[in-house]
Amino acid sequence: MEDNSQQQDTSTVKPPVTSVGAIGWVRTNLFNGPFNSLLTLGVLYLLWISVPPFVRWAFVDSVWMTDYMACRNIDGACWSVIPANLRFIIFGFYPHDLQWRPLLAMIILVVMLFYSQDRKRWKKSLLYLWGVALVIMGLLMKGGVPGLTPVESSQWGGLPLTLLLSVFGLASAYPVGIILALGRQSKMPVIKSLCVVYIELIRGVPLISLLFMSSVVFPLFLPEGVTVNAILRAQVAIIMFTAAYIAEVVRGGLQGMNKGQYEAADALGLNYFQTMRLIILPQALKIVIPPSVSILISAFKDTSLVVIIALYDLLKTTQSTLSDPKWMGFSAEAYIFVALIYFVCCFFMSNYSRRLEQELNTDL
Amino acid sequence: MDNVSSEKTSFFRDPDKLALFYQFVVMVGVGLLAFYLVSNTLANLERQSIATGLGFIDKEASFEIGESLIPYSAADSYGKALLVGVLNTLIVSFIGIVLTVILGTILGVARLSSNWLVSRLSAVYIEVFQDIPVLLQLFFWYAFFYEMLPSPRQALNPFTGLFLCNRGMIFGVPKWHSAHGYMIVAFLVACVIVFFLKRWAKKRQEATGNIFPVFRVALLLFLGLPLAAWLLGGAPTEMNAPRLSGFNFKGGVSVSPEFAALLLGLVLYTAAFVAEVVRAGIQAVSKGQTEAALSIGLKPGQVLNLVILPQSLRVIIPPLTSQMLNLTKNSSLAVAIGYPDFVSVAGTTINQTGQAIEGVAMIMIVYLFFSLSTSAFMNWYNKKIKLVER
Repeated sequence: MEDNSQQQDTSTVKPPVTSVGAIGWVRTNLFNGPFNSLLTLGVLYLLWISVPPFVRWAFVDSVWMTDYMACRNIDGACWSVIPANLRFIIFGFYPHDLQWRPLLAMIILVVMLFYSQDRKRWKKSLLYLWGVALVIMGLLMKGGVPGLTPVESSQWGGLPLTLLLSVFGLASAYPVGIILALGRQSKMPVIKSLCVVYIELIRGVPLISLLFMSSVVFPLFLPEGVTVNAILRAQVAIIMFTAAYIAEVVRGGLQGMNKGQYEAADALGLNYFQTMRLIILPQALKIVIPPSVSILISAFKDTSLVVIIALYDLLKTTQSTLSDPKWMGFSAEAYIFVALIYFVCCFFMSNYSRRLEQELNTDL
Repeated sequence: MDNVSSEKTSFFRDPDKLALFYQFVVMVGVGLLAFYLVSNTLANLERQSIATGLGFIDKEASFEIGESLIPYSAADSYGKALLVGVLNTLIVSFIGIVLTVILGTILGVARLSSNWLVSRLSAVYIEVFQDIPVLLQLFFWYAFFYEMLPSPRQALNPFTGLFLCNRGMIFGVPKWHSAHGYMIVAFLVACVIVFFLKRWAKKRQEATGNIFPVFRVALLLFLGLPLAAWLLGGAPTEMNAPRLSGFNFKGGVSVSPEFAALLLGLVLYTAAFVAEVVRAGIQAVSKGQTEAALSIGLKPGQVLNLVILPQSLRVIIPPLTSQMLNLTKNSSLAVAIGYPDFVSVAGTTINQTGQAIEGVAMIMIVYLFFSLSTSAFMNWYNKKIKLVER
């Protein structure tokens, strides 16, 4: 009896206040042991000397919607550089009164991306929908059909150009990459060695050398009188580059396939193309969806390299805004703004890929 | 059975013949394309009267290069200018790789820290720096040096001997003294002694089971011998410190803003990726390994050295090398901020000679050489540390 009552007593005793709640959390997560306590204090000190000045610069002493004169004599950030030049940064040299067209194209793209997030909607019809959407976006940018004035591609720029280069780049690089990966796995020596040489060559050189090639060497390849515009040439370089990386990702998926799958397909009497189209690729491509999204992210970031061959993508329009004497010297503000755009896009993509990875994991 | 195999199969049903046919078609296709491009190119080169071949290598470059490891002037040849470019690429990649591995390891370990603040901060860093294009980061740091830092007269001086201004980073170094030469020799001697010590200790452990504290003795040798040499050489303490004279600093070692911005951008960007690699490598070793090692009586240091590291390095090394290669390839973005790396020098060469094909081919060959030699080393290393299955 005595024992029993004692037990009841202890079960009603609450845990000490220092091991639960806010204090308990701080003790287990920040001050467990002398080393961690020291670390926490050091980090807090670093934050203390760096965060308040930044906040003061960015938010307290800053100006937001003024003209350039108001920025001359302030201590804080001059965010005004962004609203004052926003249309140029986003759209580049696209004709001013036609800028609703790239804006609409971008909205279509975002809507399509959000619509395709759900894996339940991944059907053949979605693929066709994407095809239609890409054509509409292209038409909106280029014009030339009744009702839309044509806009020369040399006037394209800003965020639409960045998105165009990455979306069309990936959409065209994916089939090429799959063909290259199949070629690399092939038993035919000529095809296999061609694919291996291509993939290793492209992966061994920086993208910028391909962009140089597209801007200075490619015109020499064409017969006299034929010219291809600079954006298309850069686009081809990006496709060639991305395809090699996709090929390696897809190869990973192909290698993960069980040998029994091939044998079963053979036993059913399917030929090579049927085996690949109906049995192998649907499974292999599913495995490689998450790494493909990381390829998409790096392709998106890599489009910024077209700055070097003087295409007016998002980064270049920002740079040329900063070379305007009125707004010279506010690089930090402008670059932080552009970095934010890139960050938001990439963050969504990488989060999505992580989620997808988890979902696909439970399926297997 | 014989009957079946000797029956004549139609051409389209015989995989061997079909394979030959496909390969023939692809070969002809590639050959025709190559012929078309080459003939176009030759016609274009002739029409625009562009020279071909590598004859320009010996000609006078007649352009200056901002910074160079070897003596170079505008009167030197294109070949030498390109060599300067290669060396500049190598030096920035080498220093960048060393710093990236250090910073990336710290961040990767911090990401797994039990300290909530440290692990959160590291996660934020990794996410932010991975998701911003490296070129944008380079532009930012370049602007940081040129716009945000003060002129040499008001240079920031975070601690004695280091100055930050819009002319770059200037820091003091010890003035050369013969004792420094002895220190280098002493260090090399320590290396040799440690090498033999390690072999002897291993043999002794295999023979007797006694463990010799190699690490502590080695540390003592590495630090102690150079220190002794320094003391014997007269303990020189004179510094070659930077001094402001006129509008710029004199003395000390200065790092140009371009170099500093390139290095900073590349290291901060790549370290975020290396941190993820390191984290994955550490997490790949299951907790049971640590517990098992501790339960057979190994000390924590031994657990790390003999059990954890050999296993996690096997996971870490391959992606780590590819990150190092990425850093080397990304160093070609130097051309955008005016640091004279190989791509930038080759670009100038292309502009001056008009020989675009040779120039781009050289860029590709140099980077291919870097990648192929790295992957050759990787394959060798992978074979060496591969699990030996019995």
